[in-house]
Amino acid sequence: MSEFLTKSRARNVFYGGSIFFVVVFVALTAQSHRHIVDKATAGMPLTDEVVLGKHVWERNSCINCHTLHGEGAYFAPEVGNVMTRWGVLDDPEGAYEMLDGWMAAQPSGIEGRRQMPHFEITEEEMRGLAEFLRWADQTDTQNWPPNDAG
Amino acid sequence: MKYQSQKVAYAYFLAAMALFGIQVLGGLLLGWIYVSPNTLSEVLPFNIVRMIHTNALIVWLLLGFFGAAYYLVPEESEREIFSVKLAYIQLAILVVGTLGAVGSYLVGIHGGREFLEQPLWVKFGILVAAVIFLVNVSLTFLAGRKTAITNILMMGLWLLCLLWIFAFINPDNLSLDKMYWWMVVHLWVEATWELVMAAILGFLMLKLTGVDREVIEKWLYIIVATALFSGILGTGHHFYWIGTPGYWQWIGSIFSTFEVVPFFAMMSFAFVMVWKGRKNHPNKAALLWSLGSSTVAFFGAGVWGFLHTLHGVNFYTHGTQITAAHGHLAFYGAYVALNLAMFTYAMPILRGRDPYNQVLNMASFWLMTGGMAFMTFTLTFAGTIQTHMQRIVGDYFMDVQDQLGLFYLMRFGSGIAVVLGALLFIYSMLVVRREVVKPGPVAVPGE
Repeated sequence: MSEFLTKSRARNVFYGGSIFFVVVFVALTAQSHRHIVDKATAGMPLTDEVVLGKHVWERNSCINCHTLHGEGAYFAPEVGNVMTRWGVLDDPEGAYEMLDGWMAAQPSGIEGRRQMPHFEITEEEMRGLAEFLRWADQTDTQNWPPNDAG
Repeated sequence: MKYQSQKVAYAYFLAAMALFGIQVLGGLLLGWIYVSPNTLSEVLPFNIVRMIHTNALIVWLLLGFFGAAYYLVPEESEREIFSVKLAYIQLAILVVGTLGAVGSYLVGIHGGREFLEQPLWVKFGILVAAVIFLVNVSLTFLAGRKTAITNILMMGLWLLCLLWIFAFINPDNLSLDKMYWWMVVHLWVEATWELVMAAILGFLMLKLTGVDREVIEKWLYIIVATALFSGILGTGHHFYWIGTPGYWQWIGSIFSTFEVVPFFAMMSFAFVMVWKGRKNHPNKAALLWSLGSSTVAFFGAGVWGFLHTLHGVNFYTHGTQITAAHGHLAFYGAYVALNLAMFTYAMPILRGRDPYNQVLNMASFWLMTGGMAFMTFTLTFAGTIQTHMQRIVGDYFMDVQDQLGLFYLMRFGSGIAVVLGALLFIYSMLVVRREVVKPGPVAVPGE
């Protein structure tokens, strides 16, 4: 093997092969981009309200306790399907009220219980956050999570 | 130390070790919040501490890589660094940016993409620092001798800096956001960082074992080829459930199975080189960390990664404590231990005082590695129970978490061992001046 696979051959295999895989990856990524926009997230329009909600989600760093589509911090429940769990997936007003009520009750202060902080969120922002979570819940995630528990 | 400018690495390593201390202390606090959730819940909530824990880790590993490059490139290129001043300016920008980021996290100003929470001005600072770094090492590299080690190191560093561009791209569409987010996160740790790791490991093997450069460099090209061939399409294992097409389930499963190969190769490489070399290098601690790093990386990244990477398994384990278990051991083995190997090798030379205390350093290796292994086991058991109760039976998240208290308590215990190990490491690097155990007489090898 050592005679056939010289250092320069190994180097050429490395460079050539890497370029090949980069090209394949870029092509698949472009196709996935189209798939996400046209199919997977087409269930509900990406309104200004949803975008506002995403910014609220980011500004308060919810991802560093919760998971969203399974990605995040594993310290608090999955929220990619929270609107399904609450039974308000198709009810914007109900979604807002549930979320607003839940957030207003935090932190619970119960001893030995994980505490969700208090967040300063206006009504408009809270409606946006509820719409964002409804929007995320309608994404085609290949049937993940396995059940409503998330 | 052959070249005066290598000395800049010392400042990088010091900054890296300071952040390492902050990172593990943050981790210990997080572990305690799992045990006693009301701790600091109003002043310093979990999400803020976690940002500090993960960001400090990433920045100190990068500082370690940059320092390693400044140490290694002059020696390989056989010339001084292009500009020592630029290297210090780069470090100053990174330190100011890091302190600024931590400060703004503490007052509640941060972004919301995991690991990329840095305020925009810090992100730009990192970009500027990266450009300075690339200019500085590239000019050194281009003017001097080119070796496979520096070729691969430069390629890894260039690509990882270029991928940082994706930190600025945040689409309004959550699924697109997630897809492009992985271009930084996955293509760093499972592609470009592996090139940096292989190059540094190759350099250490060259210095510590005395094996012929030709042999080492051929191995290196094979290792990095398997790393990129598997790692690039291996990104697919993050595209199972975020709104991306279903074909990623097969591409991700197949290519991330191959991701075990480069880690197995790096482990084999390290052991074969040590066996072949038979050089009696006095820095035993650096050798221990090098072998330990490649071995733990194989288990953490290779075995624990494979454990939950097949899409049929990941459907149930995704986003549970299994992920946390894998993340901790993989990062520790592949990147923490590798950086500590480089520090252990270079620091005595940079400070002009070898031999130095190796016994305490080696003790810190076993303390930290033992702690991380135990942490990985407890989280794996916790994750297994969580997967069953939550994903199969369908119990609610918090009900399940309430059943896992014992594992989180044991995890906290293992965290104490890791923190003690880390502090012992820093102490043995910076404070101790004399060996605590006298080395035995060198035996004459019998025929």
